[in-house]
Amino acid sequence: MDLILDALKQAFTILMTGQAYVVDVLLLSIRVSGSAIVLGVLLGMPAGIAAGMLRFPGRRVLIALIHTGFALPPVVVGLFVYMLLSRSGPVGSLGLLFTPAAMILAQSVLAAPYVAGITLAAVQAVPADVRLQALALGAGRWRAVWAHVREARLGLMAAIVAGFGAVISEVGAVMMVGGNILGETRVMTTAIVLETRRGNFATALALGLILLFFAFAANLALTHLQQRERGR
Amino acid sequence: MNPARAADGHSANGDFVLLATGLRRSYGGRDVVRIDEIGVRAGEVLAILGPNGAGKTTLFRLLLLLEKPDAGTIQLGGQITRPGDAAARGRVAGVFQRPYLFSGSVRHNLNYGLKALRLPQAERSRRLEAAIQELELGGLSDRAVGALSGGEAQRVALARALVLEPDVLLLDEPTANLDVTIQRRFREDLSRVARAHARSVILITHDPSDAFALADRVAVLHDGHIVQVAAPHDLVLDPATPFIAAFTGAELLLDGAVEEVDADGLARIKLASGAMIWVSPADALNRGTRVHVSYRPEDVVLSSTSTQFQASPRNVFTMRVGAVAPAGGLVRVGLEGPARLAAIVTRSSAQELGLKPGAEINAHLKAAALRAFVAGP
Repeated sequence: MDLILDALKQAFTILMTGQAYVVDVLLLSIRVSGSAIVLGVLLGMPAGIAAGMLRFPGRRVLIALIHTGFALPPVVVGLFVYMLLSRSGPVGSLGLLFTPAAMILAQSVLAAPYVAGITLAAVQAVPADVRLQALALGAGRWRAVWAHVREARLGLMAAIVAGFGAVISEVGAVMMVGGNILGETRVMTTAIVLETRRGNFATALALGLILLFFAFAANLALTHLQQRERGR
Repeated sequence: MNPARAADGHSANGDFVLLATGLRRSYGGRDVVRIDEIGVRAGEVLAILGPNGAGKTTLFRLLLLLEKPDAGTIQLGGQITRPGDAAARGRVAGVFQRPYLFSGSVRHNLNYGLKALRLPQAERSRRLEAAIQELELGGLSDRAVGALSGGEAQRVALARALVLEPDVLLLDEPTANLDVTIQRRFREDLSRVARAHARSVILITHDPSDAFALADRVAVLHDGHIVQVAAPHDLVLDPATPFIAAFTGAELLLDGAVEEVDADGLARIKLASGAMIWVSPADALNRGTRVHVSYRPEDVVLSSTSTQFQASPRNVFTMRVGAVAPAGGLVRVGLEGPARLAAIVTRSSAQELGLKPGAEINAHLKAAALRAFVAGP
């Protein structure tokens, strides 16, 4: 019990004093996962919208792929990206392995199906009548599609939040393709693994608390938006 | 209904704002809509009246240019128009049975189509304020649509379509999801705005009271076909088929056969029970023709059996009172005798006549209020 209490106390001290190591790790995490979610949204959201709203050949295959992507193990993604970027791999000459770029690539592959899947569900939850109603009021085809997407906007926000939550807490892929190099590719999750192994429970816990806080803040913001939307 | 306007509508020839010809639409090999011609004239309210499954919603979507017909054309102001035509945008506007209000404020919804049509800001504001005034939405304009009642939502949906100043306003069952008092208000609102701006309106409904309260002309839709188009009054007096008679509130008597047609054109019909009944008009009836006879329960006149009739009155039957059931402010009386009848009388006459189950009563059916349909083979 003492171990946990001591670790908690020290963790708060680390947080309060803003230790440079923790701050660096935190900022890199945000940079990597933030970039990854942007890419994931650019990739996943149009796919989810198309799969949920349009009729085209291969739509069912796309939906199956999106749902498979939900269960994609981060280490497997890490493996593929590793092989892709390793010196003897297809784009090994770019020298991206063990850089933040590699981590961003791996995490965006993980984020895209999440974003696509939740987007798909969100646009399908909106009655298709929205588009007919928009057309019946003089909207063109694309404006009508936009009206539909707009009605799904809470779900789209949830897609972004959930995608970000999935990648910022992921460790397998970033560990493999980033290598957990101090000052270069060490992010919160890989740091927690390392500090725990070293027995630096206070530092690990401080990082863990920050991660938890992130998850909490993101969900709080989303809940707030949802409630405001309902109450209006 | 304004009779003068209805008369104008009838005399006008071919000045259809929207005209559909040869319209066909089928799903899975079944014809859902099969209409040779239907059109709405300038400033006219046309009701398309039909039971569930008649093809009303499909017709609504076709006329609103939301769906492509398998065959046939829709002309708007004389020009053939197809779904997706940019030139037709906003010229037909629709109010759905369950209007989907876009999330946001009432004002956002009223603005939606105006923005879609890329109208200048000044014009948008002018029309918006006019609609808010006209439909008394002032207190609601900044409210979120989630906080509206059903009646308010339907009024917003109506206003949202009206601000577009469409050539034709289409409404699909606009009162079906409203309770009775709100229905009345909505009908008044719709009637007022349609008249005030001489709008051409197509009102699609299963409810004869909607059609009769609002329309200049009523087109009856049955199994995807238009079976009769007439002014509401004519539809009640002279329904073309037993289906239309029944759908607009008439009851069917037992079947019978024509015994004779007299010099005045009245036909004497022998009902299955052997009772004779006189019917008019009876232009297409010959001796021996098998017919269905319809009447409206409100046309059955009840009198005490002690009443003395001059000469020999036609169509007076002494009957026994069956069930007596209150129907709103009126009373519906079941009658047993040479035919099974129902009469609708006021509460006070029910009392005066002492209408109780088992009592004897004279029922008088005016020949002019009866209609005989040639029975199908």
